[in-house]
Amino acid sequence: MTAIAVPRSPSAGSAADPVPLSRVAAVELRKMFDTRSGFWLMASIVISALIATIAVILFAPDDELTYSTFGKAIAYPMLVILPMIALLSVTSEWSQRSGLTTFTLVPHRGRVISAKAAASISIGVASMVLALAIGALGNIVGTAITGTTTVWDVSLGESSYIVLGNLLGLMSGFMLGVLIRSSPGAIVGYFVYTWALTPLFVLLANSQAWFHDSRAWIDVNFAQAPLFMFEGALTGEQWANIGFTGIFWLVIPLAVGLRHVLRSEVT
Amino acid sequence: MITLHELTKTYGGRLTVDHVSFEARPGRVTGFLGPNGAGKSTTMRMVVGLTRPTSGTATIDCRRFIDLPNPGREVGVLLDASAQHAGRTGREILTIAARTMGLPTDRIGRMLDLVSLTDDEGERRIGNYSLGMRQRLGIATALIGEPQALILDEPANGLDPAGIRWMRDLLRSYADRGGTVLLSSHLLHEIEIIADDLVVIGNGRIVVQGTKAELLQAVGTVVRTPELPALEAALLAAGLRVTLADDGSLQTDADLALVGEVARSAGVALTELRSADGAGLEEMFLELTTETQREGAAA
Repeated sequence: MTAIAVPRSPSAGSAADPVPLSRVAAVELRKMFDTRSGFWLMASIVISALIATIAVILFAPDDELTYSTFGKAIAYPMLVILPMIALLSVTSEWSQRSGLTTFTLVPHRGRVISAKAAASISIGVASMVLALAIGALGNIVGTAITGTTTVWDVSLGESSYIVLGNLLGLMSGFMLGVLIRSSPGAIVGYFVYTWALTPLFVLLANSQAWFHDSRAWIDVNFAQAPLFMFEGALTGEQWANIGFTGIFWLVIPLAVGLRHVLRSEVT
Repeated sequence: MITLHELTKTYGGRLTVDHVSFEARPGRVTGFLGPNGAGKSTTMRMVVGLTRPTSGTATIDCRRFIDLPNPGREVGVLLDASAQHAGRTGREILTIAARTMGLPTDRIGRMLDLVSLTDDEGERRIGNYSLGMRQRLGIATALIGEPQALILDEPANGLDPAGIRWMRDLLRSYADRGGTVLLSSHLLHEIEIIADDLVVIGNGRIVVQGTKAELLQAVGTVVRTPELPALEAALLAAGLRVTLADDGSLQTDADLALVGEVARSAGVALTELRSADGAGLEEMFLELTTETQREGAAA
């Protein structure tokens, strides 16, 4: 053996420098891209934004060819892809068992989870900015093709709503990843959370008057819906609805999941 | 130095690891030996903070693993070579480890060379790796931070005989440079050729520990005589420990010459005088293994 690693003397100090959170976050960001599935998940953001934009140009009636139509069309696939990215970044440590290495290199699991959250949110923001830019391009190209006026009917505030709405969706995926820690389980959980609950709540709202009146305080998806409407500034009550449902549907389950991640065994 | 003190883990009231204490010292390879399911992996996971001990402590140079600021630079860990995302390439896994530890990435190529993975193999996804290749990659991941200690769970699994020899040479020279190596195995022979110190565990408890030289030494003398009480008295008078075996022979830790002399001066005629078999460790280990297997079959 010639090139074997030589154990350093204890005085060589660099080992004592702690791993900064920014480095862990950068590594976690890298891990979202460096597998084939991760790469295509990222690519699907751009691809689906392009498809949604092209579909609007092709199929939307000329008088609806406005930026808000593009914005809504693009936000929809994002609402599926972004939560999956966040969710899988957490669950793969358990489902693929890479956590054995991750959590021995960074034993403070809270740091790893925070780094994953930071990386997911930065992906979410970048994706939304990119998607809105693609939509804007579509709006210009689309109206040029049809010869109609280019309508910018979305304010900066409304754009930030849709970014926020998608980030909340992303965090709900993240929360389910932390809570369930298994890729298939968390994905099923996410679809129940977003799609299966909604018809149940609709049914309940139609049959129970009390629920109809208080639904915005209970149904998290219903409470967040105004963020995607492009219908002007949200009222104080709508913000309160988002905050209140967020506590029960996002913050509390996330805290429960985190507590378990910190204490559970990694095998 | 890796120090385990009364390390204990219970799962639902069942003791999986039972007050395990030992030290893995610098400059030595410590073999952690036990049949499958004896508690080796649980013990090692507790040392690196992946499993919380029910009680007891494990420290690396007097610090808990989770208190190490940059653990990869101090302890190289390989617990399960297959526990990696199958879609990553070998090189990418080393890159992630190097970046997490804050190391220059030029070490990655050197590590691949060190564990004899070609550049081409480094670019392959580890889903296509053999177990032996995964073990090599795992060793590279453990060594990339130039740690002073290594913790390896069954690293020889899946390696061919040449690979086992390679691993032995690698760990030997690592220890000779002052590194601490703790490695587990369920195969006595495998660990016998690598380890300096042995810790044998069965059913969660340490059965025996010591240097390999001590444990593999012939364990004393067997002597037989028609005048049993006289010889026993003489041996005891000489300050030796004596046990009477079921087959009517006497056993003592003293060597042959001493026992012969004591017998002569006591005037006792011997019918048999031989050293006890050096197979003590192997027999004990075999017993442990069959015990566990019986339990497994009954369950």
